[in-house]
Amino acid sequence: MKQLLLGDEAVALGALHAGLSGVYAYPGTPSTEITEFIQHSPLAKERRIHSRWCTNEKTAMEAALGMSYAGKRALVCMKHVGMNVCADAFVNSAITGVNGGLVVLAADDPSMHSSQNEQDSRFYGKFALIPIFEPSNQQEAYDMMAQAFDLSEALKEPVLLRIVTRLAHSRAAVETGEARPENAMTPSTDQWVLLPGIARRKYAALLEKQPLMEQAAATSAFNRWERNDARLGIIACGIGYNYVKEALGDTGNLLKISQYPLPAADIRRLAAESEAILVVEDGQPVVEQDIKALLGADYPVKGRLSGDLPRTGELTPDTVGAAVGRPSAAGHAAAHHLAGRPPQLCQGCGHRDVYGALVRIIDEYPEARVFGDIGCYTLGALPPFKALASCVDMGASITMAKGAADAGLRPSIAVIGDSTFTHSGMTGLLDAINENTPITVIISDNLTTGMTGGQDSAGLNKYEAICLGLGMDPAHLHVVTPLPKNIPDIARIIRDEIAYEGVSVIIPRRECIQTAARHARAAKKTQEEPA
Amino acid sequence: MKKDIILCGVGGQGILSIATIIGEAATKAGLQLKQAEVHGMSQRGGDVQSNLRLSHDPIYSDLIPLGGCDLIISMEPMEALRYLPYLSREGVIVTSNRPFINIPDYPDTEALAAELNALPHVVQLDIEQAAREAGNPRGANMVLLGMAAKYLEIVSPEQLRTAIATVFARKGEAVTAANLRAFDAANR
Repeated sequence: MKQLLLGDEAVALGALHAGLSGVYAYPGTPSTEITEFIQHSPLAKERRIHSRWCTNEKTAMEAALGMSYAGKRALVCMKHVGMNVCADAFVNSAITGVNGGLVVLAADDPSMHSSQNEQDSRFYGKFALIPIFEPSNQQEAYDMMAQAFDLSEALKEPVLLRIVTRLAHSRAAVETGEARPENAMTPSTDQWVLLPGIARRKYAALLEKQPLMEQAAATSAFNRWERNDARLGIIACGIGYNYVKEALGDTGNLLKISQYPLPAADIRRLAAESEAILVVEDGQPVVEQDIKALLGADYPVKGRLSGDLPRTGELTPDTVGAAVGRPSAAGHAAAHHLAGRPPQLCQGCGHRDVYGALVRIIDEYPEARVFGDIGCYTLGALPPFKALASCVDMGASITMAKGAADAGLRPSIAVIGDSTFTHSGMTGLLDAINENTPITVIISDNLTTGMTGGQDSAGLNKYEAICLGLGMDPAHLHVVTPLPKNIPDIARIIRDEIAYEGVSVIIPRRECIQTAARHARAAKKTQEEPA
Repeated sequence: MKKDIILCGVGGQGILSIATIIGEAATKAGLQLKQAEVHGMSQRGGDVQSNLRLSHDPIYSDLIPLGGCDLIISMEPMEALRYLPYLSREGVIVTSNRPFINIPDYPDTEALAAELNALPHVVQLDIEQAAREAGNPRGANMVLLGMAAKYLEIVSPEQLRTAIATVFARKGEAVTAANLRAFDAANR
């Protein structure tokens, strides 16, 4: 059967059809739609596949490893920076090994369409010494899932599946097959206890599997050499393959790579037959560096490091076309009357009213700094608010405010969303409470994970309890309703708490207007439908 | 034959519905299709675009090359101009001519209109007014699709009408009829 699927949806359906028993994830563009597809899938409902959102990528990775321990197939999905959050569990899962198939999906975001960096997750795969799959199109994304689970179960190791934004969020027709059954529960009888003595033995076993991983890549159906008589040999990884084909059609001497470790023998042969090698890979020059090491300093290797392709940003048909000698046609000149149109907080959003109060405080205390975090409210950095001093990683608002306060900065203010707070903010708040550091923390609670489209927020209705449980003084914990009419009151509370030499938490709480509208529509529909 | 289309506008204006309908018509017609969208932060009042590629032959790149776009379909006049370097020399722009001003530095609207008018192949209309006149004030995107229908060539206006009926079927006959009225509004 053929169906139009986003790359993310092809991954999700491929995993379901491969006999998945659980997906574990925290929302993050461009990976969110994978878990959402499984949540809405009739097959997943029928099979009771686990698909509830996790608190963060680390809890997701560990839960998936637990499901694998019990013998079932598990998928972990995240955006690239989520790999940093789960790195401890991820790297060590290669040492424990797996039982049921375990696929870790990282969705990279070259060009930083919705991200704070363009780190390349293939480095993580190499670091952990495990196989990496990198589909070039939606069909491969679907087909690879079963192969990835099979390889994971054959090697008893996790595998990494790396996609990029342009595949995750691009739609094409995919030929899909039948769903195979899930694994039965067969808990591992091996000891996954990484005490040094056991870990040393297991690490040696992981190293012994490396030739098997190379052999799997060398014989993979996803890697192939399209041999032609040409002076330039091209190595095209993942979706880089598409741009080469767009430019050269069937005329390139082209080694397509969608499974790693790199097939070294093929690369040596391609190099021997060519005058130079061009490496076309989306993201960072991971393969280019490896190939330079493989072929030696004298062999001419072109790519992002040589300047034949741009060092940063996603590949495009234009940059790749130019690199293979087929520049794009000249179109129209750029327009004169053009202005940037950055995203902005929705009209009526509660975060707007929080910033309405904060900009008053900043006016009154020019020395104040507001440390921001990751979410829609990061847009408070842009006009008209221009309220934020920083936005670094999930949870960094509270801890950076604490460090700045330790250095003597007053007033030191943190702004963090509800979902980001439970993801990685709670532990930092505990540090601050334990020292009663003079910071003012604003947990802007819209009852959802807003920026990625309104997914469940792990701490819903528990924020006061969490803060009190961490040891907050109830006298300095406030809940307010962010509405334009309440801005003066909210500003007054912030002002009072800034004067307090200790930790204060203010929770402005009002539902995200996007999810509120969705809930209202759903309620109306339920009302209209006859009983 | 191939048709490379850039759909664009401001987040929330409904360009993805246009993409869905063209995609449905193209799939039914047995065409190859790739459609790249941008999700995430840009939903919120920022510029949005989608690259839609249709062809009788296999399509490799998800993105349209510079100078390769056959048709820009835009819900907003400045957004149409944003993608000019992608438009081929013979390419057509089908656009709303009503500016959507949600930024402080929006260009002078008369100068913007003059730049648009100076381009060789431009079709423009106040699609919101046309949608209101067609009795479907929320159907401006369908008016725009109706305007673009004859330039799509690779799928026919009749195939698009069928696709509208399919896509909106679950919302009921009244919604389908209203969207078809909006679709026809530009060509009456």
